[in-house]
Amino acid sequence: MSETSPDEKIEPAKTPGAHGPENPHDEDTIAEEVVEVFEEVGQFSFQVVFGTIAHILAYLGEVVLLFGEALRSLVQRGVNAGDLFRQMAVIGVESLPIALLTIGFSGAVLALYSVNTLKTYGAAGLVGGIVALSIVRETGPILTGVAIAARAGSAITAEIGSMKVSEQIDALRSMAITPVEYLVKPRLIASLIMLPVVTIFADLAGVMGGAIVAASKGVSWTEYLSSIQQLMEADGSDISKGLLKTVVFGAIIALVGCREGLETEGGASGVGQSTTRSVVISIVLIFITDFLLTFLLFNKGVSP
Amino acid sequence: MALDFDAAPKIDIRDLHFAVGDREILKGITLSLAPAEILCVMGVSGGGKSTLIRNIAGLIRPTGGEIFIDDMEMSHLSEDELIPIRAKMGVVFQYAALFDSMSVYENIAFGILRGPRRAQYKKSSHLAIARMVAQRLREVGLPGIERRLPAELSGGMRRRVGLARALATEPEIVLYDEPTSGLDPVTAAFIDDLILRTRERNNVTSIVVSHDMGSIYRIADRVLMIYEGKAQFYGTVAELKASQDPVVRQFITGSTEGPIQNQQGQVARKR
Repeated sequence: MSETSPDEKIEPAKTPGAHGPENPHDEDTIAEEVVEVFEEVGQFSFQVVFGTIAHILAYLGEVVLLFGEALRSLVQRGVNAGDLFRQMAVIGVESLPIALLTIGFSGAVLALYSVNTLKTYGAAGLVGGIVALSIVRETGPILTGVAIAARAGSAITAEIGSMKVSEQIDALRSMAITPVEYLVKPRLIASLIMLPVVTIFADLAGVMGGAIVAASKGVSWTEYLSSIQQLMEADGSDISKGLLKTVVFGAIIALVGCREGLETEGGASGVGQSTTRSVVISIVLIFITDFLLTFLLFNKGVSP
Repeated sequence: MALDFDAAPKIDIRDLHFAVGDREILKGITLSLAPAEILCVMGVSGGGKSTLIRNIAGLIRPTGGEIFIDDMEMSHLSEDELIPIRAKMGVVFQYAALFDSMSVYENIAFGILRGPRRAQYKKSSHLAIARMVAQRLREVGLPGIERRLPAELSGGMRRRVGLARALATEPEIVLYDEPTSGLDPVTAAFIDDLILRTRERNNVTSIVVSHDMGSIYRIADRVLMIYEGKAQFYGTVAELKASQDPVVRQFITGSTEGPIQNQQGQVARKR
């Protein structure tokens, strides 16, 4: 490489018009400019990275505070049974069909992939255990979380958001009823209860979906079941750990949904924006916490 | 109705400031309401009248100054600490802000059944509450619409249901945000009447935001005019009528000539 090559590389980085009449071949000036450019880039990326981290932490802090307020309200005043059942119906019962469909077909797909491979090793009988394990540990909880975030989380934000922009939240507050008490608490409790309940049914649907495909490939129902017994933990900890994940997902869906709703500004388009944001944030947080929880709960089983 | 101006004020506001970012909306409002007084607040649109009401209801926090309700300073209280003060208050919102997922009945009974005084009504039978709701609806001239949903009502009806809801918990203070704007003159006069009757029945102290000069003359004990964030006028109706202040004159005569300029015009000129 010739001596002039760094010179040529740097030239495009210069902002036109920002320089005086100095000699462009003066190496000292160039070095200073290089330093300057790097400093600026450094500062900028520092701001972006730490700004983003600070932003995320502030958001999580807000969500945790909301959680604390709702719990305090629950301890002090309990929860209105009518509100709770209505939310359990919306978040749980009405989300059941989509969860059953999604996870049922996922189980079928898992069986389809694994049964052919297993057959070549003469271990087709193990398909039941493999499908059941991946369903109860991972696919069931996370797809239920995503399905309910998309279906019920968006509904929570849209409802609370439109109440916010039409002053109904203000009306509530002016009647000395806090939004946490009347809106956040029942949705949070309903989510915490219904996510695991829906997941149990979804897990069953996934295993059944797998069983149907396995049966079509010549694996009998008894073989399918016995392999499940063989591969799953006898104490049912695979299932309970999977369900524990969904409790956390439930908290995320309800709290993010309520937070985005309560912070909605600016009419109908504002409601649309916060609904989208609510679903995106919930799903991202679900995947991140899923990784963290899997690491904590299943690490022994996952690593060789 | 004779007012006792020597009694301790029901609402006492001292040097209230409110700003959003660097935009100052209220720049030092001071006022005081005797028990059972009706204060009408007027001023150009976007001039801070609703902001004043929302500050008094604790929905937004002032950036300076103090608000006393029955000698209790409320501007720095937390949402939970505000509950006993809000229990004394009713707010009638400009667009009624009815809970649209609930029937008219549920809207009116909501404050009774779920508000801070719910313990007091716990022993009341459904029938007693139904009778209370029916009574409120009769007062606003809408008997028998309990089972309808807000979406099925006209704007004027919604406004009146909002009034019934605010009055259902028998508040000591009612804040009305433009209760008559956009209504036909007969309904507007009916609502003026209701504001007066409510005051007479329960000694309710009221703040009414209004543009309607006729309505202000009918119901106000005192009038506050907010102009450019400050109190341009604060006095009785008689004093208002006699005022020679060009801003006040322009506003009450509804003239385009005078110190108050159309805001869009101002913006255009600044550019």
